Parts: sequence; C-alpha cells; structure tokens
Amino acid sequence: MDHAPIWERWLRGVALILVVLFFMFPIFWILVMSVQTNETILRSPPSMAFEPTLQNYQALITGKLETQAGSLDIAFMQNLWNSVLLSVCSVALALVLGVPAAYAFARHKFRGSEDIAFTLLSFRFAPPLLVLLPLTLYFQDIGLADTYVGLIWVYQLICLPLILWIVRGYFEDISPDIEHAYRIAGHSWLSTFRRIALPLAGPGIAAAGLLAFIFAWNNFIFALVLASADKQPVTVGALAFVTASGIQYGQIAAAVVLSIAPTLALALYAQRYLVEGLSLGAVKG
Amino acid sequence: MATATNDAQLSPPTRRYSASKRLLPYLLSLPALLVCIGILIPFFTAVFYSLQRFRLSQPWNRSMNWGENYLNFLSDPDFWNTLQISLTYAFLTVGLELLLGLAIALLLQKPTRLNNFVSIMLLMPLMTAPALAALMWKLMTNPNFGILSYFATVIGFDDMRWGASPDTALFTVILVDIWVYTPFMMILLLAGLRSLPKQPFEAAALDGVPKIQQFWRITLPMLTPYILTASLFRLLDSIQQFDIIYALTQGGPGDKLMVFQVEAYLNFFQSTNVGRSAALLMILWALTFFLSNIFIKNWLRLRERARGEV
Repeated sequence: MDHAPIWERWLRGVALILVVLFFMFPIFWILVMSVQTNETILRSPPSMAFEPTLQNYQALITGKLETQAGSLDIAFMQNLWNSVLLSVCSVALALVLGVPAAYAFARHKFRGSEDIAFTLLSFRFAPPLLVLLPLTLYFQDIGLADTYVGLIWVYQLICLPLILWIVRGYFEDISPDIEHAYRIAGHSWLSTFRRIALPLAGPGIAAAGLLAFIFAWNNFIFALVLASADKQPVTVGALAFVTASGIQYGQIAAAVVLSIAPTLALALYAQRYLVEGLSLGAVKG
Repeated sequence: MATATNDAQLSPPTRRYSASKRLLPYLLSLPALLVCIGILIPFFTAVFYSLQRFRLSQPWNRSMNWGENYLNFLSDPDFWNTLQISLTYAFLTVGLELLLGLAIALLLQKPTRLNNFVSIMLLMPLMTAPALAALMWKLMTNPNFGILSYFATVIGFDDMRWGASPDTALFTVILVDIWVYTPFMMILLLAGLRSLPKQPFEAAALDGVPKIQQFWRITLPMLTPYILTASLFRLLDSIQQFDIIYALTQGGPGDKLMVFQVEAYLNFFQSTNVGRSAALLMILWALTFFLSNIFIKNWLRLRERARGEV
C-alpha cells in the first residue's frame, strides 16, 4: 500500500548503510586489529592487506607476553575468570533473593510493599560512588575488603533491582486464577509457586537474569573501587593492561575482543528476551 | 486488588493459616531487604561524611563541620565547572541520542527481515561494557595508528587529537556515549512505534494528510510517553557517567571533563578529601532526584491525558 517515491527509498537505503557503518565499524576494526602484529597495526596509511595471526590471543591465553625487552607476565585470563565468577554468582544470588520477593510484591499488596519496592528501585538512581566510598572503609573493618563475597554482595546493587522490577511485572501479568485453582485442588503454597507461578514467569525470569548478567559483566566502577588486581573483572583489568603493556596494541585489541565477546554472543543468542527485558525494565520501572 | 478478595474466599478460616499467610510476603521479601539494608547503611554514612571535615590523610583532624563542605562550593570554581560540565554532558548526550534514536527507529519501523536484522545488530554496542567501548575508541583515535585519526587527516583535520585535546575532548566522549547508548533509545522508541494503534494513521492517510504532518500531529504526541521514559533513564545515567570518561581521559585534559563522579572519585582516592567527595555526591544525588521528579510528574500527566482522550 505504501509506494514511496524512488528518492525516498534511496535516502532510506543510504541512511541505513550509514547507521550500520557507524555502529558496527568499531567492533569490526577491533577484531581486525586483534589478528595483526604490532608492525602491521602501526603502518600508515592503515591497510587491510596483512597475514592474520592468532599470536595476540595466544599471548593472552598462555599469559606470557614476548617483547623485545623480554617476557612479561599478564594476568588477563584471571580477569576473565573473575568476570565469569562475579557475574554468574551475582545473578544466581539475585535470582534466589529477588524472585520470591518479586512474587510477594506482585501477589500480596501488604503494608509498605510499594514503599519497599520503590526504595529498592531508587538504588538504581543513586550515584554508585555514594555507596561505594563509605563501603570501602566499612569493608576494611569487617574483613570483606577485596573478597569475592564482598564484591558479589555489592553487585546486588545492580542485579537485584533489575530482577525485582522485571520479574514483578511478569508475575503481575499472570492471572492469579490458575494458581487459585491449583490451590483449591489441595496443593500447598510452595508447590503452587514452584509448579505454576515459576514456569509461567519463566521467560521473564530468563530476560531479567540475562540482563542482570550483562549489566554485572559490564560493570566497571564497583570493581575499580573495591577490588585489587587479582580480583578485578575484565572491564577494570583491560584498562590496567593498557598501562602495563604500553604499546602492545594487538594484545590490547585481542583483550577487548575476549572481554566483549561473551556479552555480545549472549545478546545475539537471546535478543528477543533482551529487548523484552530492556523495554520492561524501563517502562515498568 | 482482585487478588486479595480471591484469597479471602479461598482461605479456610483457621487462625494458624491466616497468620502464616500474613507473614508470607514479608518472609519472601525479607532476604532481599536484608541484603539491601546492608547497602543502605553506607548511604547514610555518606550523608554523615558530607557534613564532616574528613581527610583520610589527616585522621586526627576529623570533626563535624556541618554545612561547610556545601557552603564552600558556592565560592569554588572547580565545583561550578563540575556542575556545568556534568549538565552539558548529560543534556547533549541525551538530546543527540534521542534525535538519532528516533530517526533510526523511524527508519526501522516496518518489521521487514532486513530491519529486524539491523535492529538486532545495533544491540551490540549497547551490550559492550562502556569502559571497554571507551578503550576501543581510544585505540581508534590513537594519534599514531588510529583509524579515525587517519580518516580525520584524510578529510583535512591534520591535528585532530580527540580526547587528548581540550577542544575536542568533550566531543570525543560524547561520540563514545552516543555509540553505546543510542541503541537503547532506538529499542525503546521502536517498541513504542510498533505498538501504536493503526487507525489514526489509516484515517489520516485516507484524508490525504501529508506524512510530515502525520508525524508531528499523530506519531510524536502518541510516542511522547515512550520518549520521556527513555530520556529519563538515559538522563539519570548520563549525569552520573563515569566509565566512559574515566576510561578515556580520567577527567582530563586538565579539568575539562571533571564530571561529578570522576571528580568525587579523584577527591576520595587522590586528595583523600572524603568530606568534599561525599558532599559532591550528595549534590549529584539531589540533582538526579530533582530531575527524575520533574520527568515522572510530566509522564503521569501525559499518561492521564492520553487515557482521558482515548
């Protein structure tokens, strides 16, 4: 029904190409840099004629960086492992804590429930440093400074509000009638929650968990303030690596690629959940 | 609401049952609350710190000075610089991302296979950690081999120094912010556009209303709640931006990009001035609170109006 004039279709095509170029080019270029040696990277003008090499990745994975000045130890794999550990544990804890709470907020309008829900949400809007700076001093007192446990606890600041808010929205969208029918059939509250409510909210829980994982993985400031070198995730580690390795640009690019690959792969694999989670998190939040 | 009445009909009137039923929601939300209370304590400590003269390097000198940290801001050019650069950064990024995000959403509005594919591709910058995105752009703008520096020379900017020059530092961080966060705007606005009812547009097309008029008179007003929500979220994040600026220039060159959180971070860890750092963050928090309230009020009013008219 829509017969756009030819110039409009052309204009749209050109605009689309420009958009894709702008948003995709940096990722493409980092990938290209990561499979080059420093010599080919430093050529001027830059050119696409080079022999791809995996030596940058090899150096990162084996943890040995060969330079003219000698061999240099790099702990990048430790950073990668820290990221996995921190993100997975944080999301798991946030799901265990957040899903029952979300259910309570959605199903039972108990006294103060709105206040509590809003207090939890307001964490999302407070400047993170406001909490982090006093926390550095507290953590030293109670022995949580520079521990995974302390970090995972603080990561709840990102994960918990997200999960609470998104999952609560999903529970609210499910009619309680099914649960009531199941209860009348003589099942306990717990089995109703497990057999009916949880599976029905499954997509929402998946979306929230996915989003929380990505936000936890991408977080920078928490670990920058609270973690020392051996506990740092990739976001902080990659930056430290730049200072340490100086001019090993190929390895820096490879480190960036390894650091962003997990979230990008996850995002592309589960993009439907992701878009849903983002929209819900923003609209209902 | 309906839940409560249904529950009442359902529950057998034994006392034990109703007691545990009343407790249940509290029990379910208690663990989450406890974890958060642990985080609330430092928040109140920060309020307390902001009212103190407190330097980590001079613990003996620590004392309450009530509003002095705040009063000092009035005559402190660094503070006004921070306020100005934070607001400039926030409004420029959100404004540009809104325009660009809306344009891209309109471009991708029709759910064709190509458009859906592109919108999925655009998720990738959003899923990149902002600190790492800044690092990627730092590599691309390196004066020796950066591809963007090369492009700049090709089109005649011989001495483009991006984040390292006071003239272009703001431009560079805003560019990175746009790269990362425009897709966020785009996704929310695209979801909004695709959920708009079809009838008004069909009626307008039947009446021969030109497309540009349709956009201003129908699309934009109906999209406003989405625009406001997306902008609010971005604004609150953007005024607190730390990752991109810290990773790219650490607030420099000079104090060119000293936004609130970067300034507070350096105050705490470099000059160890805890009191000033906490006071800065309190002001930032008050600012976000204030901005979000304006937005939420407008949003509620718009929603009511939309409901009243439809």
